[in-house]
Order: sequence, then C-alpha cells, then structure tokens
Amino acid sequence: MNVEVVKPGLLSTLQDRGRHGAAMLGVGTAGAMDDVALRLANALAGNGADAAALEITLIGPRLRFDAATTIALAGAGFHAQIGGDPVPMWQAVAVERGAVLDIGTARHGARAYLAIAGGFLVDATLGSASTDVNARLGGHVLKAGDRLTAGAPTVRKDASPRWSLDPRPWFDADAAHSIRLIRGTHFDALDAASRRALFEREFLIGNESNRVGFRLEGPALALGTPIEMVSEPLATGTLQLPPDGQPIALMVEHPTVGGYPRIGQVAAVDLPRLAQRRPGESVRFEEIDLAAAQTRYLERERALDELIDAIRERLSA
Amino acid sequence: MSRESAPDVVIEPLGDSALLLRFGAGLDAVANARVHAALHTLHAAGLPGVVDLVPAYATLALHYRPEVWTDANGRVPWRNVAAAVRVIFRTPPEPAPRDDAIIEVPVCYGGAFGADLDALAAHAKLDIADVVARHTAATYRVAMIGFAPGFPYLFGLDPALHMPRRASPRTRVPAGSVAIGGAQTGIYPAELPGGWHLIGQTPLVLFDANGDPPSRLAPGDRVRFVAIDAQRFDELSHA
Repeated sequence: MNVEVVKPGLLSTLQDRGRHGAAMLGVGTAGAMDDVALRLANALAGNGADAAALEITLIGPRLRFDAATTIALAGAGFHAQIGGDPVPMWQAVAVERGAVLDIGTARHGARAYLAIAGGFLVDATLGSASTDVNARLGGHVLKAGDRLTAGAPTVRKDASPRWSLDPRPWFDADAAHSIRLIRGTHFDALDAASRRALFEREFLIGNESNRVGFRLEGPALALGTPIEMVSEPLATGTLQLPPDGQPIALMVEHPTVGGYPRIGQVAAVDLPRLAQRRPGESVRFEEIDLAAAQTRYLERERALDELIDAIRERLSA
Repeated sequence: MSRESAPDVVIEPLGDSALLLRFGAGLDAVANARVHAALHTLHAAGLPGVVDLVPAYATLALHYRPEVWTDANGRVPWRNVAAAVRVIFRTPPEPAPRDDAIIEVPVCYGGAFGADLDALAAHAKLDIADVVARHTAATYRVAMIGFAPGFPYLFGLDPALHMPRRASPRTRVPAGSVAIGGAQTGIYPAELPGGWHLIGQTPLVLFDANGDPPSRLAPGDRVRFVAIDAQRFDELSHA
C-alpha cells in the first residue's frame, strides 16, 4: 500500500534504529532521535523494533492512505486528526482507505514517530532505512507529492483497541527536568568556574540546533590549561567544547571523529529526553557517574522490553 | 576518570556506550599503524554487541550495546567490555595483512580545479610546478576517514607544503577537491563546507553508499596522486 505526502511538515524523515558498521568510513548512525518513542510506535503498530517509521518534527505532515491499515503515533504531543476526528497518540489506530491524516503542531516536545503496520518499506542504504539529512544518505526530507510504500497492512478485527499506553515513564519533554551527564574525557581540563557552571547553570538550546547537534548557549566555559589534541572518535551525546566556550551536544547525525575537547557525555538513558527539547528551551545538567548511567540504562531497557512484550501479547489476544 | 590499561593500550570510557582505546598521541604514523592493527584484530575477534569500530589518528572507538555486556556478578558493562578487550590485546595485534598496492588518485591541479594552488605556492615559496611535483612524489597513508562519509585524512605530506587552514572556511567545496589543511592532505568526497586549501580535483568518485565497497579508500590504504590535465579529467569524469 502507499501513503501519499500531501503536505510534508517541517522536517519529516524515515528513520529506523540507525546505521551501523560503516562508521570507520565516516558514515554516521543517523536513526531516530528518540529511539524509545520509535520502538513504542512500532510495537503499537504491530511491527518489530527494526521497522522504519516516520520521524515528525514540530510541525507534522498531511498524509493520504490508499488502503485501510493500522497506525500508531508516539513521542511529542501532536494534535492529529482524520476528517475532524482526533487521532489519539500512544495507541493503535485503524485508518480507512482514502483517509487523510493531518498531524498539526507539537504541543510539547519536538519529535513524534508515525509507525504503520508492516513498516515503511525503504531500500536500505548501508544496512539501514535511516535518513541522514546532513550527509545526504538514505532517503530525503519528505516533500509534497512523495509516495511512501508500506508493508502489508494487518487490519485486525479490533484495529483500534480501547487501551493506550501511559507515556509518562517513556516520554519526558519537561525542560524543568535535568539531563544526566557523565564527566567527559577532558572535564578535568576545564577551569574551576567552568566545572561548576556545567552542572549548576542553565543552558539554552540554540536556534542552529538540529539532528547533528544541539548548540548550548550559556556561561562561556573555558579550559584551565590548553589541550593539544588531534581528532578522536565521538559518540552520540558527547558534549564538545569549541573555542567559543559554548558546548555542542552531539546528536545522531554527528561526525564520527572530531578535535574539540569532550567535557561531558549525556547518559544514553537521557538521550531521548534531550532529543525532545526544542530550540529556545533550556537544559540543566545533573552529574551521574558511568556505573550509575549504565545501570539506569539497563533498567530502562529491561522495562521497555517487558512493555513491548506485553503490547505484543495484547495485540495478538 | 577511570582508566584501565593493557600492554601499550590505554582503555578509557567514551560515555556509557563506547570505549576509547589509546595507542599514542598526536599525528604519529607509528601510533596510527597500531590503531589499524588493533582495528583488524578487533574485527577478527568479533566481540558480541560491538556495533562500530572507529579508527582515528592515535585512538580507536569501540561502540557497544551495554545490554549485551551484563553479567551475573553485577559488574557494569563497560568493565566487562574493557576486560574482554584486554584479553584480546594480551597478544600484541599483528599488523593487518593488507594489499600494500598503492592506489593512484588522478588529480588535475590548479586553475578552476584548485583555487588555492597559487596561494599555497606563495606560502611555500615554491613555484606551482614544484608544489605539484612534491605533492605527487609522496606516498601517503590513509590515517583515518571522517568528517564526512569517505573523506580520507592522509599522512605523508611533504613538510614544505604544510599550510595552516583558511581563516574562514568555504561554505561549499566542490566534490573531488584535493586539499591541504595544516600537515595533512585529503580529498572532499562530496560537495561540503571546508577550511582546507584547494589545490586540485580528482574525477574519481570516492564514496558511493551503494557501491561495494562504498568507499574507494579504507583506513591504512596507501595512496599516490598522479597529475592529469583538464582533458583527461573530462574523460575520466565520464568514464
């Protein structure tokens, strides 16, 4: 079946869990910015975790479905509707042939995922359906008139179950909540005031922020002693400090290597929460040590696996 | 910062989903060769849950899935991965068995193909022909690929051709541009922003995501530049 893009929205791209194995050739991961919302949208639509879904940013698209199917929306809170009827998020929703889904503007958070039964079918590039907007790999940013192909719809008798997920443990776009940060390789090289400022002061997410990185505007951070360094590998969540003293939090399309000091690392468990912040919103960091960060991450993954199993069971009941 | 050492390699965390293995410092061909040997060894070892290995100049990142590295005694994943890496490096990595063939990269130097060749020659106090002769005389080693898919950072540039990067980077450098930045030379595989001095252009396609392999050059490869004229550039572009 096909989904026609009537209006593309602000930045709509197909994403899966990312591209791995070619980073040594300079190819970044890309993939969903909020990997938790992606997995839950897929589970609700009856898909495996690796299915491709549509990442929608701030202003949603208008889409026409040429066959009946099941969809699910998860992530940032969008006003979505079909012919004036609201489309609830965090649950499976049946759509009819010819339905036009209008996904409006995000009320809170920045990104949501639209999963469709059978997944969006994309020719994989280097093993992934993800769109790397910056490196121009995989698909492209959706435009009006695009036609997306989806897998075989699985229309069940009870295609729109009455139950939905409670998003609270899985989605948090509240800028008042701190983001946990591990000290980076070069944290100790910051001067004393900067070491304090990193965990005590507030940073604003700059307008130049995108899927490559979030530019954080706040107190200028400085090294106590200069560091002689050459390019070293980077990771999603790395907080780099360019010479202007304004850190950059690297997101999923970050370059594979870079030569700025790495002063911090956003805990993997909090990457989906950071990904839901918008330009102009604030970030406060709270220190977490590496062992605790990994423990929190493992707890989250276990709970998420259990939830996804439970969703599968209920959908097949 | 917790660090763990194995003989000749320092293992440190790069956040909670990657380790950084350090084999030396700076732009050092010896350390870089050890990075490439370690890359080969880790590839062959096939550790579970390792999603990417990223070689840089003197360091190598091992990106892993923490959920694959839990254990019954409750040790956190990064210590388990680090322990596995230490075991692997108990035997010092052998250099990667590689085809030491030299990959030739045709380059049309100067003019519209290399807008900064004159500036570089002036900086080096050499005439243009001498710059080209020196750039084509050397055999280079791909130290790493990064910045953008398929962008090779090459070791082996004649010191007479070193030149600090441009004060203000260009927003668009043409695909195939051969350039000099500091002590290094490299090739822009696609139209990209860039601050290196453009001295020529190759008609070769360096990166094609659907190619096999996708990148013409791999870390550790040997490269030599061969000067071609504009006519040959056109022929090769349409080949």
